[in-house]
Amino acid sequence: MKKLILTFPFMVYSLMFSAQVPDGKEIMRRIDQNMSSENRSFTSKMIIHSIRSSRTLESRTWTRGEENSFTEYLFPVREQGTKMLKLENQLWIYSPTTDRTLQITGHMLRQAVMGSDMSYEDLMEDTKLLNHYNAAVTGSEKVGDDDCWVLELTAFDPEVTYQGKKLWVDKIRHIPLKEELFAKSGTLLKRTELSNITNIDGRWYPKKIVFKDMLQDGEGTEFIIEEIQFNIDIPDHVFSKGSLKK
Amino acid sequence: MVSLRLALRNILGAGLRTWLNVIVLSFSFVVIIWHKGLLDGWDRQAIHDMIEWEIAGGQYWVNEYDPYDPFSISESHAPMPEELDALIRQGEITPLLYTMGTIYPNGRMQSILIKGIEPGQEIIAVPSNLLQSGPDEIPAIIGTGMASSTGLKEGSFVTLRWRDKNGAFDAAQVKITGIFKTNVPSVDASQIWLPIDKLRDMMLLPDEATILICRDEELGTYSTSRWDFKEQDELMVDLKQIIRSKSMAGLFIWAILLMVAMLAIFDTQVLSIFRRQREIGTYVALGMTRRQVVTLFTFEGAMHAVFATVLGAAYGLPLLAMQAKRGINLPVSSEDYGLTMAEKLYPVYSLGLILGTVIVVVIVTTLVSYWPSRKIARMNPTEALRGRWQ
Repeated sequence: MKKLILTFPFMVYSLMFSAQVPDGKEIMRRIDQNMSSENRSFTSKMIIHSIRSSRTLESRTWTRGEENSFTEYLFPVREQGTKMLKLENQLWIYSPTTDRTLQITGHMLRQAVMGSDMSYEDLMEDTKLLNHYNAAVTGSEKVGDDDCWVLELTAFDPEVTYQGKKLWVDKIRHIPLKEELFAKSGTLLKRTELSNITNIDGRWYPKKIVFKDMLQDGEGTEFIIEEIQFNIDIPDHVFSKGSLKK
Repeated sequence: MVSLRLALRNILGAGLRTWLNVIVLSFSFVVIIWHKGLLDGWDRQAIHDMIEWEIAGGQYWVNEYDPYDPFSISESHAPMPEELDALIRQGEITPLLYTMGTIYPNGRMQSILIKGIEPGQEIIAVPSNLLQSGPDEIPAIIGTGMASSTGLKEGSFVTLRWRDKNGAFDAAQVKITGIFKTNVPSVDASQIWLPIDKLRDMMLLPDEATILICRDEELGTYSTSRWDFKEQDELMVDLKQIIRSKSMAGLFIWAILLMVAMLAIFDTQVLSIFRRQREIGTYVALGMTRRQVVTLFTFEGAMHAVFATVLGAAYGLPLLAMQAKRGINLPVSSEDYGLTMAEKLYPVYSLGLILGTVIVVVIVTTLVSYWPSRKIARMNPTEALRGRWQ
């Protein structure tokens, strides 16, 4: 009887919590609504903090769906005019200094972009969570001043890069404020912190993301969106090899 | 015969001038033979080491495998052919599975090639028997070059990240259970060796391989659209090209050395003809034909090469023989050069090399001696007797 009296409040609390907790899928759907779009174009700044120094790259990117992406580097002068085109699993990089286009596939897509903590996949893909993961809400925590749902994602798609994710999702704006990306074995690979959440065309979007490769030293890579447009008309020729040399 | 005796007496009579030429020429002899012997020794040693550590009797490669394209390596694998099953079980052929990965030694990131090998194989010299560890550990072995570049030691753990066949990231700690020393950088630089069954589990590629290494070349008769057999010569084509290019560079050194020696001979000949005009006139006056006088002077020049051969043999043979026995310590290792090169090279001096060099130098010396002597044929004997320069 004493045991029942002791456990009763916890049972009541659990029931109340589960009644208030939204479904994991629903949270993912709302995140996708904010983060994903049919297409988008943005200008960004990537600040790579290595052990010894930091350097900044500026670029303009156009993406369409999960498969197509085109990026042109604007700064520094050394990288100016370098273009990357990704069509499904193939990537072409055009270097204006050599006037040559290099095609890369497979493993190279998984390599770090110009010494940053982001891979080409991280940078150029717009993956919808609902298409790849199952989700479970495992708790509620604060990130800074914001109340968040803690969401644990497990991939049902064996081809997705990160087989596990843990997200801290803002309860009000439905945007992740922190992410942890895991390997299949459960090893923590990367951590991202999303901030400067801004309302753009009715959706919440983080204008600053800090990526940190947890397996190596360094301060991580800051990815700052300077200007972004969603669902705009992007001509087909942007996602063609002809645009690399233009 | 008279010319030969006279030539011998003349060059011996020239004293220091002759011996200076002979010393220079003998030095060229010895250096040319030493340099060529060194390259031949390297060639022989590199081929031996590559066969022992990497190539064995030849290899079957899965079609997609291109060692020069790191971006396609992770996709280069196929089920092992059933026709070779018996030979694989008997240990006559051993499979290797390759994929690209990343390790994080001391918080740094380094791209590497992960190679899976049978721990019990005895076909190549990679000490795969060191791939032993506890049930929950992933054992790995690396070469000394890799150990030095990453700071890893035996017993240390390092995080390894890879992708499975679907492209999903995975990572685990691997334990370095052995570090081996090799002269072949292509089994050492930026790579880590794991038990093949473990790697297959990690990659979700059961019973697959990238290459199959045969103990003997006779096992390379099996043919299929998925697997190509590569013979030893084909697998060593790069090494042979490097050695060939080194030999060409050696030829340049050879030519310079020979040119220096020949310049001395040529100079001596020109000076002799200038200073010995009266002597030339006297020879003709005493009944020698101009052709015989030209032959005499040519013999004199050629005798420098004969003397140089004897002198070179006197100090060169013991010196080169000692080096061939003790070897030459190189100040750099194969890790620094990226070439198959032992820390100690043993030059190989074949009889063909020595005789060939002697013959070439004697012929070239004779030609160089003959060149200025042709002037004698155009001399007027009367003017020569008076000592007038013509």
